[in-house]
Amino acid sequence: MIIVPCPNCGPRNSGDLRPAGEVVPRPDPSTCSLSEWREYLYMRHNPADWVTETWYCRGGCRRYFTIERNTATNEIRGQEAS
Amino acid sequence: MGKRPPKYSAGALIKHGLTRGDWPRMWRRPEMRSSYDVVIIGGGLHGLATAYYLAENHGITNVAVVDKGYIGGGGSGRNTAIVRSNYLTPEGVAFYDRGLDLYNSMATDLNLNVMFSKRGHLTLAHTDSALRTMHWRAEVNKLQGINSSVIGPEEVKEAAPSLDISPDTRYPILGALHHPPGGIVRHDAVVWGYARGADVHDVHILQETEVLDIMVEGGSGPGGKGAGGKVTGVKTSRGDISAPIVVNCTAGWASLISNMAGVPLPITTHPLQAAVTEPCKVFLPTVVVSGSLHVYVSQTDRGELVFGASVDPVGTYRVNGTLEFTEELAGHVLELMPGISKMRLLRQWSGLCDMTPDYSPVMGNTPVEGYLVDVGWGTYGFKAGPVAGETMAETIATGRNADLIAAFGIERFTEGDLVGEKGAAAVGH
Repeated sequence: MIIVPCPNCGPRNSGDLRPAGEVVPRPDPSTCSLSEWREYLYMRHNPADWVTETWYCRGGCRRYFTIERNTATNEIRGQEAS
Repeated sequence: MGKRPPKYSAGALIKHGLTRGDWPRMWRRPEMRSSYDVVIIGGGLHGLATAYYLAENHGITNVAVVDKGYIGGGGSGRNTAIVRSNYLTPEGVAFYDRGLDLYNSMATDLNLNVMFSKRGHLTLAHTDSALRTMHWRAEVNKLQGINSSVIGPEEVKEAAPSLDISPDTRYPILGALHHPPGGIVRHDAVVWGYARGADVHDVHILQETEVLDIMVEGGSGPGGKGAGGKVTGVKTSRGDISAPIVVNCTAGWASLISNMAGVPLPITTHPLQAAVTEPCKVFLPTVVVSGSLHVYVSQTDRGELVFGASVDPVGTYRVNGTLEFTEELAGHVLELMPGISKMRLLRQWSGLCDMTPDYSPVMGNTPVEGYLVDVGWGTYGFKAGPVAGETMAETIATGRNADLIAAFGIERFTEGDLVGEKGAAAVGH
């Protein structure tokens, strides 16, 4: 079980939230090329290490926030409302 | 070409039993060379099948298959052993049907009984929209000559009498996609068969050899890696190997290996959990799949029920089992088959799945010359193993992506030409 610290609702079971994946900077759609946009849509680093990712607190405050999680161990540190 | 491993027979069994002679090893533990024509990373079904077909179909035998653990220890030994070809896209159907052909003749081709039980495959529809997708799949399948049709609840009951088809359940069974050529295969035997077949051709199977880096020169990225570069070899835990061609067949670890060559992938790694019950008398004659209930069930020849599910929603490289999974699985299975409520689970396990955005694989050449991928196998890698090996071998031998995998190239993600198989490849949506 992974316990995710929601900044508003406190520690919650990961099943109460929806993982939205690693944070990928969004290019400006009005200036970026089509291939840059598709890279943003599809390509992921997918490391077996610390990764900054977004979660959605669907069962509680319904806000998005980011945490750092180690995908090799599922340890979690830091949280930030976004 | 045409070299075949020795046949196992009753006569040979008696002879070995009586003489207490040494049993021949199915594959050897060769000394690593400093260079090969082709290095395949990942000694699972896909890597070994690629090596086998390179030798058997194209005469390329100076090949090494390297694995950080033992062969067949990843997804090849953790899947639920189901094979079928009733996919949704024409590209997918053609590809997986060739895979089913290879499974049909595998026991003869590899001289090893892989226990293919062609028992039929039922994909249940619990909603009108699911039933519509089943009709869609059936028509696509029929056009390509695949035996696949939609049947009603009464026929479902006939095919699998233990299913509850009453309309009063939370997810009533409205019909099913019936696919008689589908079935289950002894998955470890397939790995052993390809390993033995490759070993006969003197392919080197190097276990406990971890790849630490892929050497690339002339690329546009940091360290000369990335697009435009050319592969020169790999660094392993047992020393360097120089090779002009390196193939990534590492499933859940595909991104980590691909980053070594500077080729990013559209992949996230998720665990998929499965479980098996204690054995009981055979009562389930077919494979049953339910998308709405996120479960697939089959009964092995030993009488155990094997359950698979959808991938865990949280991406991770950890393969722990969870109680949530067991609870949810048990609840869903009992909705389908209330009669097995007294059965006990024997064990559960999980394996890593390399999920792509469109539920189709990523195969063939990449922007780095000599670096090929056979990844993105998500939850459907077992049934595709033989045909993936055959087409990857052709791609390596000819230098261009084989026709059957032309739609699965990595460039589709920058060109926006995805092959959406979510409706037929996954139970978790």
